[in-house]
Amino acid sequence: MNLRRDVFQAIADPTRRTILLLVAAQGMTAGAIAANFDTARPTVSKHLQILTECELLKQEQQGREVYYHINAKNMKQVADFIEPFRQMWEDRFNKLENIMKTYNQNNDGTKNKS
Amino acid sequence: MEQKTKVNAEDGKQDLLITREFDLPVELLFKAYTEADIVEQWMGTKVIKLEGKTHGSYRFETSDANGNIVFSANGVIHEFTPNTRIKRTFEMENAPFGVQLEVCEFEKLTEGTSKITIHTIYESAAQRNGVLKLPFAMGINMAHSRLQDVMNKLNKQL
Repeated sequence: MNLRRDVFQAIADPTRRTILLLVAAQGMTAGAIAANFDTARPTVSKHLQILTECELLKQEQQGREVYYHINAKNMKQVADFIEPFRQMWEDRFNKLENIMKTYNQNNDGTKNKS
Repeated sequence: MEQKTKVNAEDGKQDLLITREFDLPVELLFKAYTEADIVEQWMGTKVIKLEGKTHGSYRFETSDANGNIVFSANGVIHEFTPNTRIKRTFEMENAPFGVQLEVCEFEKLTEGTSKITIHTIYESAAQRNGVLKLPFAMGINMAHSRLQDVMNKLNKQL
């Protein structure tokens, strides 16, 4: 029987979520990733294999080392990938605008420029 | 709702551009960047220090409900020109993203509207992409927490 390999399976495990967080910051070798865990190296390798099969990670050969990266291609386009970052700033700036509109009303009498 | 904030990050480059127009006079937009208690509200972090002056410095810190520090960052201000420009560095503490240079331009559009343009330069393209992907990675974590909640409820019902 074939094991289902999908995104939900990939993120169902806390170790795999941590691996995604680590690799999201920068490409890493299997050894560097394994150094973050107490678990045995083959266990980490198994997690990397599952994440790669789910196409959340991709491997890249750099000289003699293989680096794991977040697979941006699986996100259809880069714009999807940076959307949460854009949304974070959208939320912050919306808040800023609302706060300052209130601030302006409260200070209208004292520093109204005509 | 209309998306007012634009993020431009070209592939393979080590910088990015954030732009946003506000229904605020430029003076108020600038004030939102310089008054500690206002910064705290919209950035969602505690402001430990914020010196609004050329060669000043700043530091932010965010704690969770248990008092553990989950985010801290600091930087120095290279230029502070009211209602015009803030040039500063920004560095997350205990994070692999290096130091970034931020040039924030404040622009008056009309009496009641203004625009901010933030040009951020990272040490490398990889570090820039790391910062860009961080909210995405956090999203995976949060999506999973929600999934976990749903599954837990289902399990209890069975």
